[in-house]
Amino acid sequence: MNRLGWRKAVNAIMSAVTALCAVTAVAPLLFVLGILAVKGASSINWSFLTQLPKPTGELGGGMANAIVGSGQLLLLAALFGVPLGVAGGIYLSEFGGWGVPFVVRYAADLLVSVPSIVIGIFAYAVVVVRMGHFSSLAGGFALAVMLLPIVVTNTEQFLRTVPVWLREGSLALGAGHWKTTISVVVPAAMQGILTGILLALARVAGETAPLLFTAFNNDYWARGFQQPVSSLPVRIYEYALSPYDDYHRQAWAAALLLLGLVLIVNVLSRLVLAKKMASRRIA
Amino acid sequence: MASSNTAVGVRLPSAPRGRWRWLGGTKGVDLIARLVTLLAALSVLVVTVWLVVDLWQKSSLPRHQFGFRFLVDRVWDPVFGHFGALPFVYGTLVTSAVAMVISIPLGVGAAIFLAELAPRGLSDTLTFFIELLAAVPSVVFGVVGVFVVVPWVRTSFGPLLKDVLGFTPLFQGPDYGVGFLTAGLVLSIMVLPFIVSISREVLLSVPVELREGALALGSTKWESTWKVVVPTARTGILGSIFLALARALGETMAVTMVIGNTPKIVASLFSPGYSIAAVIANEFTEATGDLYLQSLVELGLVLFGVTLVLHALARLLVSATAQKARGAV
Amino acid sequence: MIATDAARANVTENLNPERPQEAAAVPETGKTQAAVKIKARNVDFFYGAKQVLQGISADIRERKITALIGPSGCGKTTFLRTINRMYETVKHARAEGELLLDSDSIFDLALPNLRRRVGMVFQKPNPFPKSIFDNVAYGPRVHGLANGARLTELVEQSLRGAALWDEVKDSLQKSALSLSGGQQQRLSIARALAIDPEVLLLDEPCSALDPISTAKIEELLFTIENRCTLIIVTHNMAQAARVADYTGFFLMGKLVEFNDTKTIFTTPARKETEDYITGRFG
Repeated sequence: MNRLGWRKAVNAIMSAVTALCAVTAVAPLLFVLGILAVKGASSINWSFLTQLPKPTGELGGGMANAIVGSGQLLLLAALFGVPLGVAGGIYLSEFGGWGVPFVVRYAADLLVSVPSIVIGIFAYAVVVVRMGHFSSLAGGFALAVMLLPIVVTNTEQFLRTVPVWLREGSLALGAGHWKTTISVVVPAAMQGILTGILLALARVAGETAPLLFTAFNNDYWARGFQQPVSSLPVRIYEYALSPYDDYHRQAWAAALLLLGLVLIVNVLSRLVLAKKMASRRIA
Repeated sequence: MASSNTAVGVRLPSAPRGRWRWLGGTKGVDLIARLVTLLAALSVLVVTVWLVVDLWQKSSLPRHQFGFRFLVDRVWDPVFGHFGALPFVYGTLVTSAVAMVISIPLGVGAAIFLAELAPRGLSDTLTFFIELLAAVPSVVFGVVGVFVVVPWVRTSFGPLLKDVLGFTPLFQGPDYGVGFLTAGLVLSIMVLPFIVSISREVLLSVPVELREGALALGSTKWESTWKVVVPTARTGILGSIFLALARALGETMAVTMVIGNTPKIVASLFSPGYSIAAVIANEFTEATGDLYLQSLVELGLVLFGVTLVLHALARLLVSATAQKARGAV
Repeated sequence: MIATDAARANVTENLNPERPQEAAAVPETGKTQAAVKIKARNVDFFYGAKQVLQGISADIRERKITALIGPSGCGKTTFLRTINRMYETVKHARAEGELLLDSDSIFDLALPNLRRRVGMVFQKPNPFPKSIFDNVAYGPRVHGLANGARLTELVEQSLRGAALWDEVKDSLQKSALSLSGGQQQRLSIARALAIDPEVLLLDEPCSALDPISTAKIEELLFTIENRCTLIIVTHNMAQAARVADYTGFFLMGKLVEFNDTKTIFTTPARKETEDYITGRFG
């Protein structure tokens, strides 16, 4: 009886301890969101969004060029990474036999695991050294290298969820392999593929390390793709480590802006995907 | 034949008029599509190989000059062209160790609660939030680290540790706020979602029959979890830990912002230090001379090699557990 | 239109175990038979080293309904998928023997041409994630058969042919996924009819449907029968008895017996057939 009481007590205590662990694991997100809102929200205003940075020591100024620069870098990354990634995913799911997909999947897995700072070194060696200067092109390349394996893997996975009988319906009408893929299989998986691309973009949008010595930074507007370009993450990094209070204030605001965008994309995409998975389970 | 008296009463031509007939029908299109998508798929392989080869070639100078000593030499002196990476290797290992000491019990505990004890709805909601934590950009953790965690460690947490554990060499000397301890703390939060989310999935993949078997023998819920479910999922949980470790070792921004950036090898966790990723981030654009730059590239290569091995191990362990769980049914 | 009404009037009659109008017209063995549309001689089929069909020989008559029955895994679906070479999607699957469509060897025909001549309707309704119109227009577009007004006309005729037109004529641009299960299956039939096949293969087309939808599909088969040769695989012996002119009984990869439906169901020649039909089978 005594022993049973002890066992029940252990059960209760360990349940409480693990529950506490779970609460502790959730707390940092809420804490980060809360403190960013408190410290940053008041500084997000019209001039923050539309003005260029002021020279060191002057108050005010904004991050307009960093916001646009981040957009420019993401656009470049998507331009390289998305078509290659989607086409590669189509190959792995629809055309691949055994050998090539196995090797490519392994390489994609490897590339995803490369620390982002190493991707930065690679992009520096490949683009910056060749061009002779930092540029948004180099930054876009670095982000594209990170984007590519994620998009390939995502696309393949979503294409694989398309049921065989849908493919057979098209093949039975005499449509070829490619016709079936492009007009039946890909549209059926389109929502998932697009959501996956959005999630991947949200992930690389927050990357700082690969941009430090590729896109570098710029206090002014970057014209074209040949010049160094400012981006939100790099700007946050620089301002946070500067000794000026006004820069700190802006770093908080920019961090809130960046996190807000990333989280919104994440929440919406995950909700869409969860709904899709749930509806598939019923069907 | 086909053009006469059709099934639906419309006269149809009997020969296909495909736009691609000059290619010999669909076969040609399929072949081209297969080749084009194959090239796209191979681009992943090309980039990966290119990256490895490029890093290898562009770090040949220090490899020839220092050899294996590069990793165990403690002097990093750009002025005299002497490059030893030990302080960075040490900093990387210590911060990651601190992170793992905190995040392993916390993460595995949370995963056990979410997979075994919590009702499904609550579990899904909490997991959703924990996985969102993984989406937070590392520079954002850096900002919170610099402005919140550093002062907190300096004024509250550090002194507390010194009072309680000050007799050990780990918690001695002055505490500046920045250093191994703070970097480890921030890292532990960053890698937590990887441990929780993968361990939870591994635990959930353990067949219900095993749990029911233990419960039917009169085990309490905790006993069935701790003595039956967790041991079954052990290798998978280990895999999630390796994955988290790989993340911690390669993490750059947040660490760079709070570690203090001083190449030191001392026992005290209060001391500022340096990590491999941080030194690359800080010195790469300022590196003058080929040897300096290539030493930094070699550091990148080291980082890459270590995370690569850990990542591969993690994948192996997780998939092995998944297979074991499937086989057990 | 006419077809639909006529078919609708037949609902109750078709539920009778015997064919309503044509029961008497089924020719006695050997007499006034229709031309042979598909001729199989010693067809063997293998998945890797495993043989799943052994020496199948049969004459499938033109513009008649042939039912293939037998227990699960007996090879009836495999035989069906041999006729339009659908098995080629599976690795290491191969068929041998002689299989003729009219006088052309099925194994030698170009795949798009074969599948244009031999349509297929699957067990599970499989509408593409497109509009109703685009589903039906898919085949004609693939084969470059029609466009513009002719395509519109073709789509309408096909939907009428599948007795679906009246239900969807106002919502052709709606997603095909919004249709009910029975409607989706008739859409699959319309889609197959739109490329004007000479043969239509149906792989348990009613197994996922309720009785009312099943009755509609069965009526439909009689109207399509006038235009193309139908081969239907079914688990449901009553269905075979209701709709088929000819029936083949498969068992363990062999075609045990093949004859007109009446003979199979009343005076089967083989003991196995009788056992299966009377429910005595394992």
